[in-house]
Amino acid sequence: MITIIILALAVMLVFAVAGIYNGLVRARNAVKNAWSQIDVQLKRRHDLIPNLVETVKGYAVHEKETLEKVISARNFAMNASGPAEAGRAESALQSALKSLFAVSEAYPDLKANQNFLALQEELTSTENKVAFARQAYNDGVMQYNNRTEVVPSNIIAALFQFKPSEFFEIDNPEEKEVSKVRF
Amino acid sequence: MWEVIALNRRKSVFLMFLMAVLLCAVGAAFGDYFTGFYLHGVLLACTLWLILSAGAYFQGRNIFLKISGARKITREDHPRLFNIVEEMKIASALPAMPGIYIIDDPAPNAFAAGRSPETAAVAVTTGLLNTLNRNELQGVIAHEIGHVVNRDTLFMSMVGVMVGTVVILAEIARRTLFFGNNRSQTRTSAGKGQAQIIILAAGLALMIISPLLARIIYLAASRKREYLADASAAVYTRFPEGLAAALEKISGSSLKMQKVNAVTAPMFIVNPIKKKSKKKKRDSIFSTHPSSDNRIRILRSMAGGTGYMSYDESFRRVTGHNRPFLPASALQDAAVKPEARDPKKEPAHKTMKPGIDTIILAGTILAQSFPEPNSPASKARETCDALWKSRGYHFITCTCGAVLKIPPELQQSNIPCLRCRRIHPSVNPHN
Repeated sequence: MITIIILALAVMLVFAVAGIYNGLVRARNAVKNAWSQIDVQLKRRHDLIPNLVETVKGYAVHEKETLEKVISARNFAMNASGPAEAGRAESALQSALKSLFAVSEAYPDLKANQNFLALQEELTSTENKVAFARQAYNDGVMQYNNRTEVVPSNIIAALFQFKPSEFFEIDNPEEKEVSKVRF
Repeated sequence: MWEVIALNRRKSVFLMFLMAVLLCAVGAAFGDYFTGFYLHGVLLACTLWLILSAGAYFQGRNIFLKISGARKITREDHPRLFNIVEEMKIASALPAMPGIYIIDDPAPNAFAAGRSPETAAVAVTTGLLNTLNRNELQGVIAHEIGHVVNRDTLFMSMVGVMVGTVVILAEIARRTLFFGNNRSQTRTSAGKGQAQIIILAAGLALMIISPLLARIIYLAASRKREYLADASAAVYTRFPEGLAAALEKISGSSLKMQKVNAVTAPMFIVNPIKKKSKKKKRDSIFSTHPSSDNRIRILRSMAGGTGYMSYDESFRRVTGHNRPFLPASALQDAAVKPEARDPKKEPAHKTMKPGIDTIILAGTILAQSFPEPNSPASKARETCDALWKSRGYHFITCTCGAVLKIPPELQQSNIPCLRCRRIHPSVNPHN
């Protein structure tokens, strides 16, 4: 009789451990997925830029340097190796794009152009998507880290070598500065 | 928030069970009365129940979209809306893009449907697209996606279809009984008479239970779930002011939706069936949605981050409840800091600069933010303040930080703060 009870308890324990382990695996995979989503959005940004440059070129022939800066920043970002270099390249690209949009304010024909407006919306949305992808990654990391540290599951996590992940943080101090608009 | 998800799943299962019991009871009574074997009635009832449950589970989403007159759109039709939904899909980690639908209606409103995150759908009215700016639209979409993630849409679709079907059948029965009898009274054959009585009894039974079932819809629509979706929206967008401003615009609109009824009403973000109620602070159990005022206030007085914990704390502060409101798994999250809202995330002419509420109510009341001292903005502000004071305006400083300037002619005795909706007694001597 007692052996049956002990057996039942042992089976329940095994199921509980399996459940916690599976939860940890799912959370870790969610983190990996979220990380690759960031790359998807960054690549989207790279692909949109040649379109933008072509549209602007037609109207703003005097702004060659700004356009060239954008192109070279984009190429640098596409060929960057390693996360640190890629991070810096992406921030450089972001600032180049900002200056391009600021420049376009001076050309009313360009501003009214439908293509340009559509591209502006696309690029704004892409910037948002990169930001949200990073946010979703951080949220995923937080949920996974919670599981590795909270009391019932941290035992299982330690047993099966689940290590906490790192948050995505901005290394570039320029990006942290919210740009001030002067009149 | 797995507790919420699990709870919604359990409720859906319980609903199916409840419907089975109800239908079988009615079926048994019928079978016993007409054929002497209640089993026939029960079998018929079981068939009906299977059809109903399968229909509600698999097609609930499409049924709701059809009833509301929603049409599907592609990326080319509305790139901005598509982008907004895609951004929220990324932020909420949805596995697939929800279907996006538009309802041609000047009243602003939105709802979500779908039994799982993979089969989600979001519908907005053309009125909503015309009224809201990008940030506010994003807040509304985030709220709806929150409903999908929490499986509210699963439960509400099932409630709507299962209960709604019975209510509709009761309506049909009522009409047939009161208007359709005259034709068959001349027939004398026993078979026809038998069929007549069956239909009569069925109609009566449905008419009796349908008000009860309609009550179930109202009880099933939970105010708590709306708050939870608001909290999810704040977490996904990291910008609660977006949703707060949107709710303000939607609830302030006096337009009425065309294709809406009591069954679909609970699914919308703000109750589309408007009652002539004054702004209430307490949520009654007879309403499908919490008061918009409360929701706006809670969103606007979130301090110390935009995570679930700050929403919970704000909720307790505004409504006065003491116990933690959100489920434990959500409260485990650390407080999430709001992102410095990049003004360039939105085209310049549509930006509402963060921290500044320049709402002008018919040119009478203004609220302000606090610019840096000695800047040109603050000098301009001081000049304007002196001007208002010289004209007899009274200044009321609300605890949320907004300063209300009340014109001397305003007769209103209770003035809500424009930012956080706290009521301030008027200081004008006429009252």
